[in-house]
Amino acid sequence: MPIFEIVFYAFSLVMLGAAVMVITVRNPVYAALFLVLTFFSAAAVWMLLEVEFLAIILILVYVGAVMVLFLFVVMMLDINVDPLKEGFVRYLPAGIIVALLMAGELLMVVWSKGRFEAGSYPLPAPNPQGYSNTKEVGEVLFTQYLLPFEVAGVILLVAIIAAVALTLRQRPAVHRQNPSLQVRVRRDERIRLVKMKPDSRQDS
Amino acid sequence: MLTLTHFLTLGAMLFSLSVAGIFLNRKNVIILLMCIELMLLAVNMNFVAFSRFLGNVDGQVFVFFILTVAAAEAAIGLAILVVLFRNRQTINVTELDDLKG
Repeated sequence: MPIFEIVFYAFSLVMLGAAVMVITVRNPVYAALFLVLTFFSAAAVWMLLEVEFLAIILILVYVGAVMVLFLFVVMMLDINVDPLKEGFVRYLPAGIIVALLMAGELLMVVWSKGRFEAGSYPLPAPNPQGYSNTKEVGEVLFTQYLLPFEVAGVILLVAIIAAVALTLRQRPAVHRQNPSLQVRVRRDERIRLVKMKPDSRQDS
Repeated sequence: MLTLTHFLTLGAMLFSLSVAGIFLNRKNVIILLMCIELMLLAVNMNFVAFSRFLGNVDGQVFVFFILTVAAAEAAIGLAILVVLFRNRQTINVTELDDLKG
């Protein structure tokens, strides 16, 4: 089955190339777009692993929401890119050395004899027709991991409130309603009853 | 034939690339946030590969939670970035030295 290998290597190469572009490109907008490409290729590699639910979630949540958020912020901020790049060449050797060291260490573990090879971890058989990865994940998620799932929801709620509270801006010049004051209004603040003498009518 | 080693190698290379990115772009907060997202992706890649090769769904559930937390982190990080830019007109890390003694 060479098609699997071809697809794997193609998407892996695209993914690593896009990751290189993310960290080297000058313009943050291009970096965000290359990050989209990276996530997309990663989703394709996950599809090869038959992790369909997470691959779709990666595209929907990351490419659809988080990356759009990044693009919005990058485009809204009027950033002068030049001073941000000035240390690039200076830190290039240190970055490459640390990255190579780290990659060497990780690959030394991963490539050590008999650790993660086909003998120890054979490729599992493809899932049968009608198999639903979403169903399987959901069954575990809603039984065994119910509490963490709820906590994840709370974390997202906290993130929403925090993001809104951080970026909410009160401009003094802008007229705005104060709902709290509106709710607390009393009758005598709005109505003034006056007693006046009825006019004598002069019809005829 | 694809083995677990292929996927672990891919994750390790992606992680190293993002570490290099943090070194190279140490002045630009936006790229730093993107590098953190790349690191999380590399970690998720390992989780997914192990989950598939061990035949255990728990790894995928863990990736689900990592994605959740990463989304929350990105949202708050970008909100802080917007406030920072509004107050200082810069996102250069070297100019953020108010707490420097």
